[in-house]
This record gives sequence, structure tokens and C-alpha cells, in this order.
Amino acid sequence: MNVPVSRSAPPHTPYHPRWYRTRVSTYWWMLQWSYFRFVLRELTSLGVAYSCVILLCWIRALSRGPEAYEVLEKRLASPVVILLTVISLLLVLFHTITWFRLSADAMVVRVGGKRVPGVLISASNYVAWLVVSGILAWLLLR
Amino acid sequence: MAKRPIEPLFWTLFSGGGVISAFFVPVLLFLIALAFPLRWIAPPSYEALHNLVSLPLSRLFLFVVCSLPLFHWAHRFRYTLYDGLQIKHLSEFINVLCYGGAIVGTVVSAYLLWNFH
Repeated sequence: MNVPVSRSAPPHTPYHPRWYRTRVSTYWWMLQWSYFRFVLRELTSLGVAYSCVILLCWIRALSRGPEAYEVLEKRLASPVVILLTVISLLLVLFHTITWFRLSADAMVVRVGGKRVPGVLISASNYVAWLVVSGILAWLLLR
Repeated sequence: MAKRPIEPLFWTLFSGGGVISAFFVPVLLFLIALAFPLRWIAPPSYEALHNLVSLPLSRLFLFVVCSLPLFHWAHRFRYTLYDGLQIKHLSEFINVLCYGGAIVGTVVSAYLLWNFH
């Protein structure tokens, strides 16, 4: 703000409000189970990213030919990759569960003017998930 | 003129990617990266998989499954770094890392699937 200062203004210090903020430990999310679960839920994104990278490698190997595909299969079967894959799979499953729980709160579906309860939305999500997974597995294994 | 916020776009990609990851990723990761290489399930032949992925519809599906979840990751991981490590002052670097990674992944998947043969 431009407040015209008169010459006769007495000497003063401008008012600088400062927020009162206590320093939060970097490890705040380890102190309580619910915080940890929140961060774990956010970290499921790493499992998702890992899956995308694996899928891209898989597509690349398929495109390159049978030898490249065999090399990829061997790499996927190495202990370190298996460990990473298992961790990622657990994270992705946790993502699926938390996502369905979340969507029950986020989606407002009304039937005949009444709100469909969240449990029903979650349940229908799980059913759809099983059906979709079954179809994908069938397509791959056919 | 008011600056158009880009946040809603990122949030939409995050949410769309979240749905795709929740529905499609677990079964694909389990079969492709565990069950097939470890022979828990008799894996399909190379030719069968190759023929399946060659179909335009499969490629479109795989493009969506590779790219949208990467934007989901970018959005979520960005905020995890902000809040978890309290490093909001590095936001520009983190944004480039996360969204840049997602964009690179999307371009790579488009390239691979377009040139699939």
C-alpha cells in the first residue's frame, strides 16, 4: 500500500507480522500409525511407476524378438528384480484398496433421490476389478 | 488476463491414472513380472503374446495403461516429497523431475507402441 508519508511522521518500525510455526521433524510420518499409513498410501505411486517401467520393457522386448524376450524373462527372474516386483505389487494392491475406499467417499451416486451408500460403491468397484482382472488374464493366457 | 491454472489438468490426470492403476496394473504386474518369468503359470508363447500386443486395440490400451499411471505417480510423488521431506523450496526441481519423467515415459510408450512390429 502506498500511504503518503507526511514529513512530520514520527520515527517508527513497519509492522511485520510473523507466523508462529513450530518446526516439524522430518520424520513426522513415522511417529503415528495413521500418518505412516498416509505416507505409505502416497508411496504406492512408486509401485505404480515401477509397473509402468516394467510394462515398457516388456513391450520393447516383445517388439525386438524372441531372443530379447527371453533375456527380459531371465532378468525378471533375478532375485533383486523379484524383490522389487513383490514390493511394488504389494504397494499397487494397497493403492487399489485405498483408491476404492476413497472413491466411495468421493463419488456421490444417487438412485431415486437417495445417496447410494459408500459400501455399495466400494463393493461394486471390487467386483468390477475382479471381472476386469479375469478378462485381462484370460486374454493373456488364452 | 488471469493466468489459467494448470493444477486442474494435473489433478484430472492424477485421478484418471489412479483409476487405471487400481483396475489394470495389479493383474498385469503379477502375470508379466512374476507368474510368467517364474513359471508359476505356464506362460503363453512369444508368438501368442506378440500377436496379442500387435492388435491396434491392445496397443491403445497399453498406451493408456503406461502413460496415465505415470502422471498419477508424478502428482502423488511430488506432494509426498513436499510434505514428507518438507522440501517445498525445491518445488521447481521436483516438478521437472516428476512431470518430466511422466512426459518422457509417455513419449517412450507412444514410440514403442507406434513402431511395434
